[in-house]
Amino acid sequence: MTAEHMIRAEFKGTIGKFSLDAAFTTPAKGVTALFGPSGCGKTTVLRCVAGLQRVTDGVCEIDGEVWQGRDGTFLPTYRRPLGYVFQEASLFQHLSVRRNLMFGAPRGNGGGAPARITFDEVVELLGVTALLERSPKNLSGGERQRVAIGRALLSQPKLLLMDEPLSALDRVTKSEILPFLERLRDRLSLPIFYITHDLAEIERLADHMVLLVKGHVVAAGPLTELQSDPSLPLARARDAAVSLEGVIESYDERYGLLTLGFNGGRFIVPASRATIGEHRRISVVADDVSLAREPPGLSSILNVLPARIVSANPVDNGEFIVVIALGADGKGNHILSRLTRKSWDLLALAEGASVHAQVKAVALGPGRGDPSEARGL
Amino acid sequence: MQNLPPDIWVPVRLTIELAAISTFSLLLVATPLAWWLARSHAWFKEAIAAVVSLTMVLPPTVLGFYLLIALGPDGPGGVIASLWGARTLAFTFGGLVIGSIISSMPFVVQPIRNAFAALGDRPLEAAATLRASPARAFWTVALPLASPGLLSGAVLGFAHTVGEFGVILMIGGNIPGHTRVMSTAIFDYVETMQWREANVLAGGMVVFAFAVILSMSLIEKRFARARA
Repeated sequence: MTAEHMIRAEFKGTIGKFSLDAAFTTPAKGVTALFGPSGCGKTTVLRCVAGLQRVTDGVCEIDGEVWQGRDGTFLPTYRRPLGYVFQEASLFQHLSVRRNLMFGAPRGNGGGAPARITFDEVVELLGVTALLERSPKNLSGGERQRVAIGRALLSQPKLLLMDEPLSALDRVTKSEILPFLERLRDRLSLPIFYITHDLAEIERLADHMVLLVKGHVVAAGPLTELQSDPSLPLARARDAAVSLEGVIESYDERYGLLTLGFNGGRFIVPASRATIGEHRRISVVADDVSLAREPPGLSSILNVLPARIVSANPVDNGEFIVVIALGADGKGNHILSRLTRKSWDLLALAEGASVHAQVKAVALGPGRGDPSEARGL
Repeated sequence: MQNLPPDIWVPVRLTIELAAISTFSLLLVATPLAWWLARSHAWFKEAIAAVVSLTMVLPPTVLGFYLLIALGPDGPGGVIASLWGARTLAFTFGGLVIGSIISSMPFVVQPIRNAFAALGDRPLEAAATLRASPARAFWTVALPLASPGLLSGAVLGFAHTVGEFGVILMIGGNIPGHTRVMSTAIFDYVETMQWREANVLAGGMVVFAFAVILSMSLIEKRFARARA
């Protein structure tokens, strides 16, 4: 029953007045975002995974390791190789930053496996070198949270759990920490469960998503699949967007534009710098995607991609959310386009029809769709 | 200070010895008890807390009376005393220590319990997620963070033991050189109209009490700052 390279979590029970019945599996790599309205049980699920909360009917398996099983197996929290970053940093006030960082680090090197994540690496990754001898009392909120992340990493976890690590921070501090989290995801091959109610964070960080409503899992799967599933509230939301990760194919320094290759086409995206061959993630916002039947003539819109209509879904105030598959054959990535019913009728669109999806490059640039830069700052 | 009887310092030494031994023992007993009271969800928890606090409101004579019976030849104290061939724990220094521990217990348990309760679950949860066993979390996180509470408890326990009179008189018998401590010595000096001697000891107690209360508020202040 145990699956390698997968994380399986099933929790059923009542905690106080809250009834939880959540089950999902997700790959044991990359960032899995737990998303849902407040009070949907995200934190409870995370606490169950950590063993901080116990429901009698629960299963928790991490990459073949059983942390909780229906046979009564229940590892206490301190025996689970996990890292937990709380909403508030929760540093030990009586210890220096250095001793906080080292608190969970395996002690002694009695022949054990060498640390996968070293002290120097963490200190450098999180930029806390200058803080090491200070007391947590004298740190800013953002510094504290960075130390808390470092402390969790140095305990050599096999799974990192993060419960809204940025929600207690102001926007500026948030934008300082997000790049650290991205580096973390890209540099360490460590599965991360990430709770947030901020879609922008998900678009930037998550590879997979678990959608929770009232203690139930509504959907779970790769982020882009859930984002472009018109039966889910995400695609119908006013700010619906699909995250695409592509490979940088070329960079035009003169215009500051890079070409990003995806399954089904290429996007031209503004960027201040780029390395050919690197991966980059963009968010394509449904409102920024327009459709045309014929390839347009001379236009300021740089991105015109042949695509096929997968489905059209009426949403409120007479608008449509149209799911389109990139590529003339319609076999590429799915993105969303939000149209008025009038446009839909005028173009005589239909499911399966060939169209040209148009996206202004600036809509994908820093501060807008490109999630690797701070959005809206 | 001339013409003071040389034996006036004997009760002072005995008092300090009694208070030091009692405080040390109190910390050993009260800390785990306070931890349990702060963390347990047992339904009878508050009943235990009430039993511990009982000595705060009972007249010392009542406590002393029951202690006398318990320590005496027919009580558990007598059984223990028989281990080294004695008849009773009453009227001994050992008996005073036991009496002081029981009568000062609430003054030590309460601040330590409050300090543990003020920690909340979070530091311990954080420790558990960092592979700290419950024992390691207690020693390296809970205890250091609650240290102002332990300090308050120790100071209060020491002070209350020094100030105990009724219980001591009931179970100690005021035997010079053995069970006569400052509070009972003052009583004796007054009874025999040795005003000057009584004054020296009583004045010393006033200064001591002042120092205790002052240090308590300084600890509180440090505690408040540490929490900020």
